[in-house]
Amino acid sequence: MDTAQSLDNRDAEAGRTPATQDKDHRPAMQDTPYPEHTVGHPFLDDPKMRLRDVNVFYADNQAIHNVSLDIGKNEVIALIGPSGCGKSTFLRSLNRMNDTIDICRVNGELFLERQDLYDSKMDVVELRARVGMVFQKPNPFPKSIYDNVAYGPRLHGLADKKYDLDEMVETSLRKAGLWDEVKDRLHAPGTGLSGGQQQRLCIARTIAVSPEVVLMDEPCSALDPIATAKIEELIAELTESYTIAIVTHSMQQAARVSHRTAYFHLGRLIEVNDTDTVFTKPEHALTEAYITGRFG
Amino acid sequence: MQTGNLLLLVLILVALAYYLGLRRSVALARPLGGIRHLQSLPFYYAMRVALWCAIPALVVLGLWMVLDDTLIRQLVIGGLPEGLRPPSPGARGLLITQIQNVASGALPRGSVAPELAAAADRLVGLRGINRLALAVAVLAAAMFGAAWGWARISPRLRAREQVERILRGLFMLCALVAILTTVGIVLSVLFESIRFFHKVSPMEFLFGVHWSPQTALRADQVASSGAFGAVPLFLGTMMISAIALLVAVPVGLMSAIYLAEYARPWVRSFAKPALEILAGVPTVVYGFFAALTVAPFIRGLGESLGLDVASESALAAGLVMGVMIIPFVSSLADDVITAVPQVMRDGSLGLGATKSETIRKVVIPAALPGIMGGVLLAASRAIGETMIVVMAAGLAANLTANPLDAVTTVTVQIVTLLTGDQEFDSAKTLAAFALGLMLFITTLALNVLALHIVRKYREQYE
Repeated sequence: MDTAQSLDNRDAEAGRTPATQDKDHRPAMQDTPYPEHTVGHPFLDDPKMRLRDVNVFYADNQAIHNVSLDIGKNEVIALIGPSGCGKSTFLRSLNRMNDTIDICRVNGELFLERQDLYDSKMDVVELRARVGMVFQKPNPFPKSIYDNVAYGPRLHGLADKKYDLDEMVETSLRKAGLWDEVKDRLHAPGTGLSGGQQQRLCIARTIAVSPEVVLMDEPCSALDPIATAKIEELIAELTESYTIAIVTHSMQQAARVSHRTAYFHLGRLIEVNDTDTVFTKPEHALTEAYITGRFG
Repeated sequence: MQTGNLLLLVLILVALAYYLGLRRSVALARPLGGIRHLQSLPFYYAMRVALWCAIPALVVLGLWMVLDDTLIRQLVIGGLPEGLRPPSPGARGLLITQIQNVASGALPRGSVAPELAAAADRLVGLRGINRLALAVAVLAAAMFGAAWGWARISPRLRAREQVERILRGLFMLCALVAILTTVGIVLSVLFESIRFFHKVSPMEFLFGVHWSPQTALRADQVASSGAFGAVPLFLGTMMISAIALLVAVPVGLMSAIYLAEYARPWVRSFAKPALEILAGVPTVVYGFFAALTVAPFIRGLGESLGLDVASESALAAGLVMGVMIIPFVSSLADDVITAVPQVMRDGSLGLGATKSETIRKVVIPAALPGIMGGVLLAASRAIGETMIVVMAAGLAANLTANPLDAVTTVTVQIVTLLTGDQEFDSAKTLAAFALGLMLFITTLALNVLALHIVRKYREQYE
């Protein structure tokens, strides 16, 4: 409920803020129309996730308008845009986290390889095991570090023996670059770690169930620059095994970690292109205005 | 003048003082160029005058009312002729009552000695003078206080600080009243208990297994020796509380989970207050519900199964008490479950946990300390509960572990020991204080434990 409300508020803000700014300072931006179709290259051959005409509503309030996008295998795609543009909402539709919000409705075609995410036969538990999520605020469970990482494997019965589970915990913590820091205190509470360590613990927890896609919702927004650098390094390493979709407010971060970048504006997907192209030769005026810092 | 009228008059004076103080401070500010040049807002000057009016008047009134009765009695008794002076404090009390009754007309003047009738007249006269003097003293104090406070107003006067200080003192006084009352209750129970332990050894009281508080009126009476072993009472209390908790904890916890995690907002807004109504039902109503409905039902059920059930069973009292404390558990558990951050649930759901797995493995463990706090509060409520057990649990101090038997509890025994006409120096009545002390210590310990756990819980996240 809270989440729904805060998202609602963000949408309300989004409806207001850029428009007022345009009116007051930049009359030129006000007249820039939304493109008929997303410009750039939203579609790929043989994508990991195929999303067509996705609409998301909170009650009567439409947060996402006809978004079509492919997410490729083993790529990092960054979703950027001003606050309240719907990037987080869109991301949360990709593993049906929006189901937890009563008033939220999603329609359109959302496919993970050949499976329809919103098909009535789709098992949400299995979906979320295949499409994991890392949240904006580090949210380790108030359990030990070991139990935090072992949570997912235990849930899905991935380890039959204690030995297997130990190995899974170690592998995940190593992949998340946290093993050396915590190997001597695996049974200390996860909430006792620093913010950056907590976020890496959450990443370890997510990859412990071997997902195919990892969704990251502003994973560094609560972290200091050093912790952020570590997470970014980690993202680069994780690309070898996973597909990653990351929402970020930092354009530098998007430029550093992603292969492709999608620019959202007021619930619409304006432009998708190679990250280099988006940041050097944006095709659409709105994208250009955003990346040059004229609003955001 | 009646005290009530006097107070009303003082109140009017206070209002007047406030108004005059306001007027004067505003008038002083005008030549300076507005109230911004005053040290404090006019409100504080006015408040200060009002307080200067009220406080001396109330102090005089309070002191006077504490002292005047003693003084008047002294004068009346002192005025009696030598032969009628009472020899002992007891006789003195009787005599004063007699004189007062004559003065109020409850006793006909003809039925007493003429000296007493004269004393009654003197009493009436003194009372009249006293009342007048009181009124004059109080009003004078109010007016002098107000006048002094009014005269002291000047633009540099630090009225704000002074008013703040007085108000702080006032709040402290109110807090002190509550604390001192508690301390007084504890001390009185403690002293009476010490008197009890002079008569009965603490070892016998704490570890004796036989409870039969009847002491003899005459030395040759049968069964004259009282026995004060409190173990059966504490066991009875514990058994009934345990039964109550067995009912209240699962039901309360699960309804809290339903309300916090599953119920839609409108269901919740309706169901939560409805559940809390249970806490508002007077315990005496639960008591007769237990005694007249539940106990016979359990007895009938037991008999149909071939069990021997007492008509006042621990089970009946415990079950009904359990229903009574459900809201304590559910309301607190609901609060702490709601307080578990949504990001915890999202984290678990995002890993593919179902809703019930999330609740079982993340939400409840995270909320557990808070839930424990609620359960302990409910337990101390159950231990101290009286009315239900008085009506439904029985009086026989059986040492038994069978919930179908009649047992008695600490609170029931306190009630039976102290109802009716009692002499307050026998071990029988003093035993009530010792039981009360034990009960107090038990519930206090549970409350401290609960508070400690709840505080620890608060540090759980960030």
